[in-house]
Amino acid sequence: MKKKKSFSLKRLLASLLIYLELLVMLAIVVYPILWLVGAAFSPLRGAPGSALQDGLNAIPRDFTLANFRRLFDDHNFSTWYRNTLTIAVLTMIGTVLVHTFMGFIFARLQFKGRKIGLLSIMILQMFPSFLALTAIWVIFLTFGLLDNIYALVLLYVTGGIPFSVWLVRGYMLNIPKSLDEAAYLDGATKLQVFTKVIFPLSKPIIAFIAFSSFISPWMDWIFPNMVLRSSANHTLAMGLFELADVASHSYDITAFTAAALIVGVPIAVIYFVFQRYLLTGLTAGANKGE
Amino acid sequence: MPKLAAIMSAVIWGSGQLYNKQPIKAAFFFLIQVLFIFVEFSTGTWAILTGQTYAHFRNAGFFSSGIWGIITLGEIARVNPRVEIFDHSTMLMLGGLIAILVLLGFAIFYIWNIRDAYHTRKKLMAGDEESSLTYLKNVVSNSFEYIAITPGLILLSFFSFIPIMYAFLTAFTNHNVMSLPPVNPPVSLVDWVGFATFRQVFNIPVWNRTLVGVFAWTVVWAFAATFTSFLVGFIQALLINSKLVKFPKLWRGLFILPWAIPGFISMLLFRNFFVAHGVVNQLLLQFGIIDHWISFYGSVGWSRAIVIIVNMWLGFPYFMALVSGIMTSLNMEIYEAASIDGATSFQQLRYLTIPTILSAVAPLLIMSVAHNFNNFAIIYFVTEGGPANINYMRAGSTDILITWVYRLTVDYRMYNFASVMSVFIFIVVASVSGWNLLRTRAFKED
Repeated sequence: MKKKKSFSLKRLLASLLIYLELLVMLAIVVYPILWLVGAAFSPLRGAPGSALQDGLNAIPRDFTLANFRRLFDDHNFSTWYRNTLTIAVLTMIGTVLVHTFMGFIFARLQFKGRKIGLLSIMILQMFPSFLALTAIWVIFLTFGLLDNIYALVLLYVTGGIPFSVWLVRGYMLNIPKSLDEAAYLDGATKLQVFTKVIFPLSKPIIAFIAFSSFISPWMDWIFPNMVLRSSANHTLAMGLFELADVASHSYDITAFTAAALIVGVPIAVIYFVFQRYLLTGLTAGANKGE
Repeated sequence: MPKLAAIMSAVIWGSGQLYNKQPIKAAFFFLIQVLFIFVEFSTGTWAILTGQTYAHFRNAGFFSSGIWGIITLGEIARVNPRVEIFDHSTMLMLGGLIAILVLLGFAIFYIWNIRDAYHTRKKLMAGDEESSLTYLKNVVSNSFEYIAITPGLILLSFFSFIPIMYAFLTAFTNHNVMSLPPVNPPVSLVDWVGFATFRQVFNIPVWNRTLVGVFAWTVVWAFAATFTSFLVGFIQALLINSKLVKFPKLWRGLFILPWAIPGFISMLLFRNFFVAHGVVNQLLLQFGIIDHWISFYGSVGWSRAIVIIVNMWLGFPYFMALVSGIMTSLNMEIYEAASIDGATSFQQLRYLTIPTILSAVAPLLIMSVAHNFNNFAIIYFVTEGGPANINYMRAGSTDILITWVYRLTVDYRMYNFASVMSVFIFIVVASVSGWNLLRTRAFKED
């Protein structure tokens, strides 16, 4: 009897400590998020450009929607949003077309230079793409592509090729070869095998690629900052960066939090909804392809 | 005579095929040669052939002027705005790279043309005749791969391969703000300097010191960032999955929140949290822990701690989810056997859980270290590499190699030094990846 009692006391103490740790972690994890939401609905302290953060609370004292209004009136939020949406949609279309096709060719067709192609794509991948930023800038200058959002799309579509080719190829290697062979026996061309057999069977991995290529332009700052100049071509990430940069003239922390809510919430929700689906797509592709 | 066919094709493309009685194929190769010559002669004056006094390679065709450009990087500087003929070194280098790449494309057709003439003639002499029409049909159906891959290949060449080559070549020039002030078009020329920039980096103490210091911090950062976020994630997973905790799914859902928020947003938010009048100072003052605000970004120790802490906040949910996943798939019978044998729960943890998880997670930890080695975003968006270090050449105390390269390029326009560092990064990354590649079977299967 005695022994059992001390045992449960130990258990109680242990669970107390565990819950204490969990609550502390919870505070650390949740506080910045609550602060972000609270600041979005709090009035700005000081003029934009010299705004102060102290006095902003996780629970707003004077609830206001002024930050959201200011985004549209004083900052070019709708322009940033339109530009980013255009870039994201075009990048997604380009990525799905080019990358799945390349993945198919490297997975399914035998041709001279296939192995060299895969190897050189892998070597290209080792080189962090923005180390070549200066060169890309000179190329864009030469071809008159600077300050052009469509040129940025080309850059994004290219940048994803090495990763996607390996991923898509890995996924397609798991599709039974007998399906292709049957289609070829029925007189299908290689293009038909791709569109009618392989493409429909690769939907999970294509969804993953489409999703990630759509998401990444929203939060990329480095390339737009290098390539785009005029304020009419600014993207969301560029706008957000300026709003959150203490040294910038348009520093406006509450507007930043408001913008972060508008952009971040949909992305977070999509992540949660598709989380499991996307993870299966990724692991299935990585199985044989890595 | 197979050799005769090959020699004919080597001089006039397709003539060997004509000799082999394959007119359509001959026409195909001949047209490519015509295209090649047309490109060269329609893009320049070629007065140099007739020896005219004003003649110069600068005005020659696409290929020859391109090659001249990349060899010399220009000869006439634009010393003042009235100079009408001048050379633009960076454009010449780029033009030369493009010319060489296109030339290589033509070279593939040229070799194909000669080989084809030789082999067809050989077959012909053995009495194995193939009409050029069936050959063409075969080519068309076999070239599906090549045609389909062309768009991707063109994109890769222009936006990946050429820029990388350009960056690599820049390491061997003197292209920086001293030699080429940022005026467009430039007032001076860039020259090839061989390994001079590399020697400077290794011989000039300040460069040397910065490289060693930044590299050391990069390595420390890569391991510390990975280790801390793994440790926190691991502990959270252990606690959540322990039998004492109710509603494990709810806790997991809450702790995974930082993962769902775009990293860019959280990094900018944390950047603001640590400024002088930011939230952290405000909270510390409120609770009476400090009586005057701390200059976080002014101190090396704090700045380094901040990037690691912020990385921990961003990164632990990934490892928590990972470890949780592995723990739910653990074999429960082993634990039952262990407790029957009298193992305490600590012993079970020490000898069963931890080794299993570590062996499953090890490859991902290596990948995470490699990722953090080049983790530009978190350093640049949180501390911007600061505080500035006076003992360093244009680098701050939290700068890792890649952010230093970025600052050398964008802020200080020291392109040649940035390129040398890029080569350095490439060597490190490539050797780690190469080693990793050799260990996986994935590539051997192919």
